[in-house]
Amino acid sequence: MRGTALRFELADEHESFRKVVRDFAEAEIAPQAARWDETGAFPVATVRKMGELGLFGLPFPEDVGGIGGDFTSLCVAIEEIGRVDQSMGITLEAGVGLGINPIFNYGSAEQKERLLPDLLSGNALAGFGLTEAEAGSDAGATKTKAVLDGDEWVINGSKAFITNAGTELTSVVTITARTNENEISSIIVPAGTEGFTVEPAYKKMGWHASDTRGLVFEDCRVPAENLLGTRGRGFHQFLATLDDGRIAIAALALGLAQACLDVSVDYAKTRQAFGRPIGANQGVAFQCADLKVMVDAARMLTYRAAALKDAGRPIKQAAAVAKLYASEAAVSASRIATQIYGGAGFMESSPVARFYRDAKILEIGEGTSEIQRLVISRGLGLPVL
Amino acid sequence: MKIAVCVKQIPDPATPYELDPGTNFVARPDDQVLDDTDRYGVEVGLQLVEEIGEDATLTLVSMSPSGTLQGIRQALAMGADRAIIIDDGSLRGADALTTAKVLAAALKEDGFDLVIAGTESTDGYAGVMPQQLAELLDVPSLSFARKVERDGDKIRVERQTQAGYNVVEASLPALLTVTSGVVEPRYPNFKGIMQAKKKPVETKTCADLGVEPVSQQIIQSVEPIPARQAGEIVEDEGEGYLKIVAKLEEAKVI
Ligand SMILES: Cc1cc2nc3c(=O)[nH]c(=O)nc-3n(C[C@H](O)[C@H](O)[C@H](O)COP(=O)(O)OP(=O)(O)OC[C@H]3O[C@@H](n4cnc5c(N)ncnc54)[C@H](O)[C@@H]3O)c2cc1C
Repeated sequence: MRGTALRFELADEHESFRKVVRDFAEAEIAPQAARWDETGAFPVATVRKMGELGLFGLPFPEDVGGIGGDFTSLCVAIEEIGRVDQSMGITLEAGVGLGINPIFNYGSAEQKERLLPDLLSGNALAGFGLTEAEAGSDAGATKTKAVLDGDEWVINGSKAFITNAGTELTSVVTITARTNENEISSIIVPAGTEGFTVEPAYKKMGWHASDTRGLVFEDCRVPAENLLGTRGRGFHQFLATLDDGRIAIAALALGLAQACLDVSVDYAKTRQAFGRPIGANQGVAFQCADLKVMVDAARMLTYRAAALKDAGRPIKQAAAVAKLYASEAAVSASRIATQIYGGAGFMESSPVARFYRDAKILEIGEGTSEIQRLVISRGLGLPVL
Repeated sequence: MKIAVCVKQIPDPATPYELDPGTNFVARPDDQVLDDTDRYGVEVGLQLVEEIGEDATLTLVSMSPSGTLQGIRQALAMGADRAIIIDDGSLRGADALTTAKVLAAALKEDGFDLVIAGTESTDGYAGVMPQQLAELLDVPSLSFARKVERDGDKIRVERQTQAGYNVVEASLPALLTVTSGVVEPRYPNFKGIMQAKKKPVETKTCADLGVEPVSQQIIQSVEPIPARQAGEIVEDEGEGYLKIVAKLEEAKVI
């Protein structure tokens, strides 16, 4: 039947772009991903190359230095980078979704003019500091305080687990702070500001080459005009920022699940046991079949949410559905792929061992699976707290 | 300055080539990609265009079944301005000289100051077409360029040799061939891909160009290359390098 609303394929431009990003990822990232994972080094030169390819500017208009693409093209890029290296995938995802988005959406003309050109071209990265040791899922419980003293904010407090906050390229971190008892606002803090300490990188289970830091503010002073958007709108701003981010995390999870499917099928065809490929056993073949179902479903949900975003339609529910399903599928997929690889899958020399460690955070970052279920059930009109 | 880059669409090398058993011609699917070696020519052309600025243009000229134009769009997405495709059923299996004649006719009709080609194509590997083309166009040919500079109405290249390079120059119009690997071809970005869809692609036939293709080459038979022999593993007990040097000397590589 013609004229149905559902389309199950991306546009030609998106598929052509996917090929380019895949070539780039295979040539520039894949050969080094295992080494970066081992050393935990943040590959500045490669991130700059991602910038040259225009990845950080994808969903932004040309008049601010963007590429004039759409959100779907960003998801394609994150998926393809994430297919070979989740650390570089999250560097891009957080760079755009958490770093650039709030500044683009809420920044003043002056802030945008000053910050966006370098951020959109990948010459600089911005972090987004919301989470604190005692305010994660409950990010509204932020304790960090900012007090206006003359024409300066004086910031005191700390942030935990902040992506892209301490790289050589980091130019600013946008943080949420209490600007009085009942009010949260966002403030831009330039890297290197006195009183702003970036702690040493965490030792993490996965995402080794992604930069994650604790931030400490001790009488840190920034100009009053570093307020981002309207005073007191910080809570609303980060909720909206996270909605977009969730679709992009779904794309990152999709990349991981796709990679698990690809390597599992290859391995099941070639690995011999009992004189036949292991994939000749239904027990293995059916696991591959399950992977295929997960990947297809995650793909549909992710690009549906991205299409809604590009159409300017409400996304809260669709983004949470995509993020929840795709991240849980990624965790299952990495477990299945490791099982198919057998002992080799437990070895760091195999690609699946890295995916196994990288997958888990997808169910936690930018809203845990429980928080996604909360958002979805609220969307169903259920009176959950 | 009008720069023309000869590019070829070829079947994706990632999937094994099929040969038509009747003619031994490579079967050409609709979905062909840009010959990898041509990305270098396009990059060299684009760098020249950027250096010269406003009044320089880059036109792609390609003789191939246009198909989905995927390969041509790749080159347009990198930054070429327009493309001319010569797509004519009678050109199936055309040999190098026929290709050169057809391209020469298209280039003469469209006009050019500089023609850039790859050294050889990845599917045909004849490596003679560019020189034939230069001859037919009656312009000097500079081969194996690894670096290209324009100096007024001259073009100067570093010509790769076994021992190093020669510096050679010619007055324009001229033709040059670019060796693979000499520049880092840019990846098209998303903006380029979107723009490529709107760039003009003209399709011409032999009749449009007034050429009559007569291929004189007949492929009589095709032999598969012998399977690669297993290699020899040299155990390194501290002096493995000596064994390797001996092997290399034996193979007259050093
Ligand atoms: C590698 C990494 C990078 C990160 N990058 C950033 C960043 O760039 N910026 C940033 O601001 N944050 C970042 N985070 C923080 C991340 O968003 C939080 O860790 C996440 O939101 C969970 O918060 P929490 O760790 O405080 O867990 P908690 O909120 O303490 O949750 C603990 C458990 O309780 C569950 N839970 C909590 N509340 C409920 C509820 N109401 N109903 C049901 N279950 C509930 C949770 O789902 C979870 O299972 C990052 C984290 C990591 C690990």
